[in-house]
Amino acid sequence: MASAESSGSASSRYMGNDEDLMTEIHKKILCRDRQIRMLLSFFGERKHKTPSSIFIYGHTATGKTYIITTLMHILQLPNVFSNCIECSSSRYLFEHILNSLPAGAANGENNDKRISCDNMNDFVRLLKLEVGRRQLLDETIYIVLDKAERMREMEFNIIPAFLRLQELTGLNICTVMLSEIVWEKFRVGTGFCEPFPLHIPDYTQDELARIMMLDCPGGWSTETYGNYVSLFLSVFYQICRDLRELRHMALLNFPKYTEPIKKGEATEKDSRKLWRNIEPHLKKALQTVYLREVSSAQWEKMQNMSNEENEARKSHIDVCSTRSYLELPFYPKYLLIAAYIASYNPVISDRRFFSKKASRISKRSKLIKKHERASNHLLGPKPFPLDRLLAIFYSIVEDKISPSAIIFSQISSLVSLQLLGQMCADGQIDAVRYKCLVSLDMIRSVARTVGFDIMKYLYDFV
Amino acid sequence: MLLKSVLEEVKKSDSAQNNILVVHLNGLLQTDDRLALHEITRQLHLENTVGDMVFGSFAENLQFLLEALRSGDETSKPVIFILEEFDLFAQHRGQALLYNLFDVSQSAQTPICVVGITCRLDVTELLEKRVRSRFSHRQLHLFNNISFMDYVALCISYLSLRDFPDQDFASRWNKNIKEVVESATVRDVLNRQFTLSKDVRGLLMLLTPVICDLSLAHPSITASDFVESFKSLSTDSKSSMLHGLSILELCLIIAMKHLTDIYQEEPFNFEMVYSEYLKFAQQHASVQVFDKAVVLKAFEHLVALELIRPMDSRTIRIQKEYRLMTLLLHPAQILDTLQKYPNCPTDIKHWAASSFT
Repeated sequence: MASAESSGSASSRYMGNDEDLMTEIHKKILCRDRQIRMLLSFFGERKHKTPSSIFIYGHTATGKTYIITTLMHILQLPNVFSNCIECSSSRYLFEHILNSLPAGAANGENNDKRISCDNMNDFVRLLKLEVGRRQLLDETIYIVLDKAERMREMEFNIIPAFLRLQELTGLNICTVMLSEIVWEKFRVGTGFCEPFPLHIPDYTQDELARIMMLDCPGGWSTETYGNYVSLFLSVFYQICRDLRELRHMALLNFPKYTEPIKKGEATEKDSRKLWRNIEPHLKKALQTVYLREVSSAQWEKMQNMSNEENEARKSHIDVCSTRSYLELPFYPKYLLIAAYIASYNPVISDRRFFSKKASRISKRSKLIKKHERASNHLLGPKPFPLDRLLAIFYSIVEDKISPSAIIFSQISSLVSLQLLGQMCADGQIDAVRYKCLVSLDMIRSVARTVGFDIMKYLYDFV
Repeated sequence: MLLKSVLEEVKKSDSAQNNILVVHLNGLLQTDDRLALHEITRQLHLENTVGDMVFGSFAENLQFLLEALRSGDETSKPVIFILEEFDLFAQHRGQALLYNLFDVSQSAQTPICVVGITCRLDVTELLEKRVRSRFSHRQLHLFNNISFMDYVALCISYLSLRDFPDQDFASRWNKNIKEVVESATVRDVLNRQFTLSKDVRGLLMLLTPVICDLSLAHPSITASDFVESFKSLSTDSKSSMLHGLSILELCLIIAMKHLTDIYQEEPFNFEMVYSEYLKFAQQHASVQVFDKAVVLKAFEHLVALELIRPMDSRTIRIQKEYRLMTLLLHPAQILDTLQKYPNCPTDIKHWAASSFT
């Protein structure tokens, strides 16, 4: 049998004997030699027993998933890869694993019956059946669970059962869990089988540069791109170590870097000039694209436009999250302002601001204020009752308005727009308390549109 | 392990071989009584099962099973029930399965034996009164009271080869093992593992990477393998996660540490952290001052890593900036990481060490 032969030869191969496979692995995965060696030593040969579970943790984009999938692919190990975000309930997870078991040596007859399974008991039973049917009995089967932190949201028995799947099924199964969260946060209840922890460390700055060199765009020498990458990292490395994000940003801004070279103003060697050109640009990118306020496509368009003449207009393009701009009717604007004042001012100050016979603030009360621990803008909004909102509302709106149904319905529509937060004390309809969920910038712009000086009324800023 | 070897032993005797039925149940798999009942019927190969399909409703099934068990007397085949993760069975509703099993074992019906395995010491407290009264209160505690010398001997016996085809190699191997394990460094490693936990599985966890590392190029075990393996098992995972944070995130963590120090474990929100960060960053030139939005992104990354945790789970009621958070790190972990952190600016180190800027 051809397949048996090939698997036999593969098993004799990869104990580090076959240089080809090893070099292929090392070519595909950079800077991860130690981790690969450890994983390979755990995997052993196909017929060998493997530890029943391995837990791999590390930061975003340190290559956890990539290492595992590449290893599985190169070594041709029978594996099931499942993402716990896609398999949102245990039922989906079971069915996904059962249905995508690799075909193994069983060739030909492939009855495409979907196996359905909704509990752990059936899963273990069916898994035994399936593995027997597909003639995988003498190989290690790897079940890879990506984003394993989501498994904690499933039933309580899922994680412990997957950890001891080898013992429960009596098969040669290895569960590989990948996560960003440390192992201590997975432990619950009794009956836990500890997995082998494997930490994937973050890349250092040099390693990042080495990996980012890989996607050097055609037409440029690696040296030029290398210089660019090191410049780029000097700006971005302080705040971001996510390789994926860095690569995306680097490629996005590279055309800008090469612009002077294309125009002939600078040569590839002229690094200082290039740096002066790119630095403000990168800093700006940090504030806009990195936060996804401008989409990447928009950013590229802006760059192209700046190639022509309107450099000045670039900064005026509306960013898509116009952070402090809101179109509201007249009274709701005042309601929102009143709510903001009610949230951020203490109750005792209401008299001072809104009473007709407002006395001047004495020096003493000013002194007292200084000694307070933290301003309300640090602690967040406080809840307030409806009466107080209406009282402030009437005192800041100049014209006479009656408390009509419209005003009340506008309050509730502000709640549904999530500009106000509603908190019921204990389900009583008349004891509802509100909070204002709007930032200071936003309320200032709202106040400006109605010509109201809100800063005069805020306790923290008087 | 113990139970398995006892069952093997029992099965060796001829009279028992054909006359004992064993039913294995596991609290992790059979999470409710219905599943457990199906599993029992399946494992006993009762008449109404065809292949692996079970017919009939839950009530019918229970009734049938009880009748089958009650109809027997001393002469019928004994059944041994093995309930792993017994404490989980005690959490079923009404504890009906346990009640019925104990009930049958009490009354003179089919001879059955119920063996529960658990790691909870207070497991009898979990049982209901009527269930507990039927339970025979015979408990077998398997405490792990081995001394360190036993532990070392255990380690040697795990690693040595017996009944190996190549006698010559086996004796060489065993001699090497003895030498390595007796050496001072390995002793030290074993002692540290022993003081952490006495259980055998911990020892096996320690030994597995050592064995896995063997290859043609590296045919025998050395002391450094042990040290390496222990190091990888005992690393503080949170510190190693901290190591991968960016400078900005680290600054935020330090600001949080100061906040919890000053206000004695009071929860904090993003605004406080940000103002603390600004206070520091504006004084020191080496730290770049970033936009609020950029800092907020770093803050959210910390939340995603579960290094800080929101106090309440209600997410919608309040803006992100004002959610109250707690820090889930020990100050020592933070200081420790800062020592190891590559290219850490000195001001930041000073800031972390002193509680006031």
